[in-house]
Amino acid sequence: MAQAPTKRPLSPHLEIWRWGPAMLVSILHRITGNGLAFVGLGLLLWWVSAIAGGPASYQTFLDWVWRGPAGGLQTFTALLGKVVLVGLTWSFFQHMATGIRHFILDIGSGYELEANARWSSLTILFSVTATSVFWAFVIFR
Amino acid sequence: MGNGTSIGRVRGLGSSHHGTHHFLSSRLTAVGNLVLIPFLMISLALMPTHDYATVHAWASKPLPATALILIMINTFQHARLGVQVMLEDYIHEEGGKVMAWLLINILPLAGAAFGIVSVVRIALGKA
Repeated sequence: MAQAPTKRPLSPHLEIWRWGPAMLVSILHRITGNGLAFVGLGLLLWWVSAIAGGPASYQTFLDWVWRGPAGGLQTFTALLGKVVLVGLTWSFFQHMATGIRHFILDIGSGYELEANARWSSLTILFSVTATSVFWAFVIFR
Repeated sequence: MGNGTSIGRVRGLGSSHHGTHHFLSSRLTAVGNLVLIPFLMISLALMPTHDYATVHAWASKPLPATALILIMINTFQHARLGVQVMLEDYIHEEGGKVMAWLLINILPLAGAAFGIVSVVRIALGKA
């Protein structure tokens, strides 16, 4: 970039446009995907390796992520663990719905403004509903 | 090839010929995730408890162990491709690009290998 003029005009960017559903789910796809990649896969590795490590290491995982019996910092991380797990569930459903939306866009369909906005909004409705149903099942069954 | 504007420096270079494989691999692993991750989530939701004995017994069965190992391969590859696109969009300095290139090619492989070793220990080790 050394030789490029620095004061070139830029095309209108994020702050120029009025926010719409398509913009929102586009950036949500990236945020949820990267959240799942770093936090989700990190937690999955901790979980699987804790099981492989035996009862004591699995108990350590459960205590820090969910139960928090030691109090203090562990009370906080156990609460954080529940927030993160619900967040990962929502992230997965949102990323899955926008991913399927991308499959449909890939075949060249769904670009009409109204349909595009409608399907974008529906991905959010789906992810919130599916997350609620999933956790309601886990907690109340 | 000009050396002035950014468009001038890339005009006429043509395609890198690597994008299509990246795109297809991303879609292929996405389809894999559509099967693997719901399998993991439904399995977790259906477990009567989540104590050590229950999760260990589940993860040591052939089908769940296979699914977990496939997640380590398929989902890590999908995540690697996606994080790479994010880094390409936001990292512009040469030093940062080299560092990102190193990390994106090493960390997912290391994580996946660690995950596979863990699942193999669960599946083949003593209960």
